Amino acid sequence: MAVRYGSPLKRAVTFYIPLVLMVGTTLFPFYWMVITSIRPDSELYNVKMNPFFTLRPTLKHFQDLFELTMFLQWAWNTLFIAVVSTGISLFCGLLAGYALARLQFRWAPSLGTVIFITYLVPPTLLFIPLGDVVKAFGIGDTPWAVILTYPTFLIPFCTWLLMGYFKTIPREIEDCARIDGASRLQAMVRISFPLAVPGILSAGIFAFTLSWNEFLYALVFLSSPQQKTIPIGVFTELVRGDVFYWGPLMAGALLGSIPVALVYSLFVEHYVTALTGAVKG
Amino acid sequence: MADQSIEPILAKSAASGAPAIAAPVVVAVAKSRRPRRLGHLLEQEHILAGALLAPTLVILTLFIAYPFVLGIWLAVSDKVVGRPGNFVGLQNFWVNLHDTIFLRAFQNTFVYTFIATILKLALGMGAALLLNHHFRFKRIVRAGMLLPWIVPTVLSTLAWQWMFDATFSVFNWVLINVGLISQRILWLGDGTMAMGCLILVNVWRGMPFFAITLLAGLQTVNPDLHEAAEIDGANAWQRFWRVTLPLIKPIMLVVVLFSMIATFGDFQLIYVLTRGGPYSSTHVFGTYAYEIAMRAAKLGQGASISLFLFPFLLMVIVFQLWYIRRSD
Repeated sequence: MAVRYGSPLKRAVTFYIPLVLMVGTTLFPFYWMVITSIRPDSELYNVKMNPFFTLRPTLKHFQDLFELTMFLQWAWNTLFIAVVSTGISLFCGLLAGYALARLQFRWAPSLGTVIFITYLVPPTLLFIPLGDVVKAFGIGDTPWAVILTYPTFLIPFCTWLLMGYFKTIPREIEDCARIDGASRLQAMVRISFPLAVPGILSAGIFAFTLSWNEFLYALVFLSSPQQKTIPIGVFTELVRGDVFYWGPLMAGALLGSIPVALVYSLFVEHYVTALTGAVKG
Repeated sequence: MADQSIEPILAKSAASGAPAIAAPVVVAVAKSRRPRRLGHLLEQEHILAGALLAPTLVILTLFIAYPFVLGIWLAVSDKVVGRPGNFVGLQNFWVNLHDTIFLRAFQNTFVYTFIATILKLALGMGAALLLNHHFRFKRIVRAGMLLPWIVPTVLSTLAWQWMFDATFSVFNWVLINVGLISQRILWLGDGTMAMGCLILVNVWRGMPFFAITLLAGLQTVNPDLHEAAEIDGANAWQRFWRVTLPLIKPIMLVVVLFSMIATFGDFQLIYVLTRGGPYSSTHVFGTYAYEIAMRAAKLGQGASISLFLFPFLLMVIVFQLWYIRRSD
């Protein structure tokens, strides 16, 4: 859809001003994280000071974050949990997506519907009984409590996305291989799966950000400080009753956002494909 | 955007298809002498399908289907933490419907969902139309736009909480120094204001999702149609309403439904920003269920509150499935 240029004034009013406002609003809270994390406490808690910049930047809040909390442990937990649960979900989603897109069997349409429905179930609906299930398996307060429950929303997403992806790969490519003597399984693993790599990457990036950011299950299933993920740790250990340690809080918020933003920025196009593919199906 | 990444592969496989396929086949033939009873079984599509779907079905049964059934049982029991529950029929639901905090949460959930979704749709559409222009740094702007959606909601919500701080709010600092107000505004001080702030943060976080998916929809609109409409005398507004909107209606509807479900079941944003306060005035189903089940240890009562999400969810899902079937 081509949009042509009008007069400079008109373009400023209808385009540049709204664009700058939009980008400014979008990014301002991140600027606020950064500036808060480097302003000394004497400035943070003084309403006389201009809060938008500082002449005495400090790394004290970062030092406090590392010395007074288990932030590095949380970062490791978050990474471990995100990588393993994404791996499990990609494995399951790849196989299931392939089966639903390519194989002919009686239950294919209804199973596709079931997986689509589970995709829409919000964690809020299930967290209370799921807490009992996690306890019954003896994995409460261990990384496995979330590694095994995150796939409940990651697998349906990966399956749905990869199913759509497999449907775009022509069946004929596999048929050629079959004619040349490849078995059903070999055609799948050696022909179709390699062609689906961009789709797998998209699903993987998206799943990774989802599990990095998850809050409710981690809050309910992980309780000891050394088991927490970054979102839970920052939220629970740096707020004591009514006291908020804003400097270290914002330092933690910043450091907890950077890895996922970095992964995202490396794979923006794949992420966007996943985002739009997820709703298009 | 999906097409962009798929086309090169198809082009590549079409151009160099023969060699790419020949290589694996040689391997396949070389390996074919192994005993292969299992291989024979997997040649049958329905057996292979069963094997491929098994891991997914096991996980979904254990961690979705079973908890769902268990949740229904909890909702009709008086289970508290550390003690087995007894069947109490619909008592929990009766208690809920006579609990003023619950009724407030009920109302809040709908207010929060509908207002936030409408705002996200309107602003997201505006953002998508802006991003559909050609301009310098477009890729960077588009990537930056998605940041609120990418970073952990808890962490960005903490930044908002600091911006709404009773004493040190940056908004108050600006408004006082510009001279618009003389008294600090307590952003999270009463139920209505706090709900407004929750909706604001939710819109900030969710708008990029609308913008990017709607932009993908806009990019599929054929520019010729616009040109034709313009020649016929349609102005920009008419072209948007009569040409663009009908064409992207399907994707718009799906985005709205997805967002509504997520907003309806929201927990983290509200729990972090207000914890349901002040005076339990901003609870939604999610946070109130957490409060009752985890803080007050009444698992049965909490599960019955969560279950109130279900009828709405079911309606949306049925509508969506019906819509997908119809458009197929």
